[in-house]
Amino acid sequence: MKTPVYLDNHATTPVDPRVLEAMLPYFAEKFGNAASRNHSFGWDAEKAVANARRQVAALIGAADKEIVFTSGATESDNLAIKGVAEMYAERGNHIITCVTEHKAVLDACKKLEKRGCTITWLPVGRDGLIDLAALRAAITDRTILVSIMAANNEIGVLQPIREIGAICRERGVLFHTDAVQAAGKVPLDVEADHLDLASVSAHKMYGPKGVGALYVRRRNPRVQLTAQMDGGGHERGMRSGTLNVPGIVGFGEACEIARRELAEEAVRLAALRDRLRAKLEAALDEVYVNGSLEHRLPGSLNMSFAYVEGESLLMGIGDVAVSSGSACTSATLEPSYVLKALGVGDDLAHTSIRFGIGRFNTEEEIDYVAERVVAVVRKLRDLSPLYEMAKEGVDLKKVAWKS
Amino acid sequence: MSYSDKLLDHFNNPRNVGSLDRSDPNVGTGMVGAPECGDVMKLQLKVNGSTGIIEDARFKTFGCGSAIASSSLATEWLKGKSVDEALTIRNTDIVNELSLPPVKIHCSVLAEDAIRAAVADYRSKREKREE
Repeated sequence: MKTPVYLDNHATTPVDPRVLEAMLPYFAEKFGNAASRNHSFGWDAEKAVANARRQVAALIGAADKEIVFTSGATESDNLAIKGVAEMYAERGNHIITCVTEHKAVLDACKKLEKRGCTITWLPVGRDGLIDLAALRAAITDRTILVSIMAANNEIGVLQPIREIGAICRERGVLFHTDAVQAAGKVPLDVEADHLDLASVSAHKMYGPKGVGALYVRRRNPRVQLTAQMDGGGHERGMRSGTLNVPGIVGFGEACEIARRELAEEAVRLAALRDRLRAKLEAALDEVYVNGSLEHRLPGSLNMSFAYVEGESLLMGIGDVAVSSGSACTSATLEPSYVLKALGVGDDLAHTSIRFGIGRFNTEEEIDYVAERVVAVVRKLRDLSPLYEMAKEGVDLKKVAWKS
Repeated sequence: MSYSDKLLDHFNNPRNVGSLDRSDPNVGTGMVGAPECGDVMKLQLKVNGSTGIIEDARFKTFGCGSAIASSSLATEWLKGKSVDEALTIRNTDIVNELSLPPVKIHCSVLAEDAIRAAVADYRSKREKREE
């Protein structure tokens, strides 16, 4: 087993060697611009892009023409939300989203709020899921879009998108889902799930960074968007800019592999996830899973280790790459807003670790990580005045802290 | 974030971890920070009744690596000092010794606060005894 062990597959994933192999000819050899219509360099590139478009579409049950290639999911989210808000401004100005969305959705909505849109921020329950009745109640005749993620990037919970899609369809409101973490990990089908817009990213599914796509429904209903990038009118006018041909080829291959292997891989990753959780829970007291266990991505586990601050835990386990909801590991010095939305107190949010298990992790690695985490949590609890007080029976919530 | 070797050494091999008897009249206890903020430091010192010199210092810290290292270093510095000398330890000394990055300066402030709180506790115990 090689160290460091990579267990941060929600942040990004390594490129699958099969993906890399598919991409390589498109850098120096078949380097054409897919928009060059009058020579073989352009034709080769265009053919490769067309093939990739089919592969991406097939993963989510879409038609090729419904795939718009972008630079990644942040761009896809922005294009979907701002593009709909501008295009449908005459019909309404109300958008519904949820407090645990990725920043790309939250901040796009905040910007629209400044421009005069009304945004409803749905809360989530302790399990991280929105309440469908609350969604229903929030829809008005001014609502143009509902944007709810398929799977959460921090806690891995799966929102009930099929039910959300059905509600939106019934009420004649467009439904966008940020499917970045879900695509390639759990089955998605734009018809069965009633998706009108969906954001996906290559690098979360063993493809390269810098390429993603937005699914834009063409029929029943036909979704229109105002382009956010002006230029040569690529991607049916919705996203100008020379196509990233090698990236797109890699993205297509990654989708193809995911479509073939998803079912089997999901079972394997869920077993590794459950193994890790079982080992941690058997060896340590006061550890808590954040978010629903039932509605969850196969490779995702977010746990709080009470009385041990997250960054110190990351430092202690050194050669294991994971991430934490602790303030000390974030750019803003605030603990995770996602955990906060679940009702996890700041004290426990500081102690959370996100484990992201992926295609290339082995059982041996999971056992090693469990062993390291247990040893470091024990060591840091010996150092923790909070653990000592809790063991003495002090109610930490009643202590008058001097900070 | 990359940390200095000294900081990593204090984090990986913390000095003077533990607790002293709170009720001992020669022991001063300082506890600063709050769980919601992600940092709680407990620092204790034991003063030799006849010489006035700090003969033992212990800590327990809930917090990031820099907070743990800062309190470990503080206990090392406290030992052998008089109570008055203890109060001359400044957070900037800790910042320099551990090469704390700017976002971690609050850890050193907390360590200084913990020293002051421990000394204040010790002094108030002594005043009570003298009354």
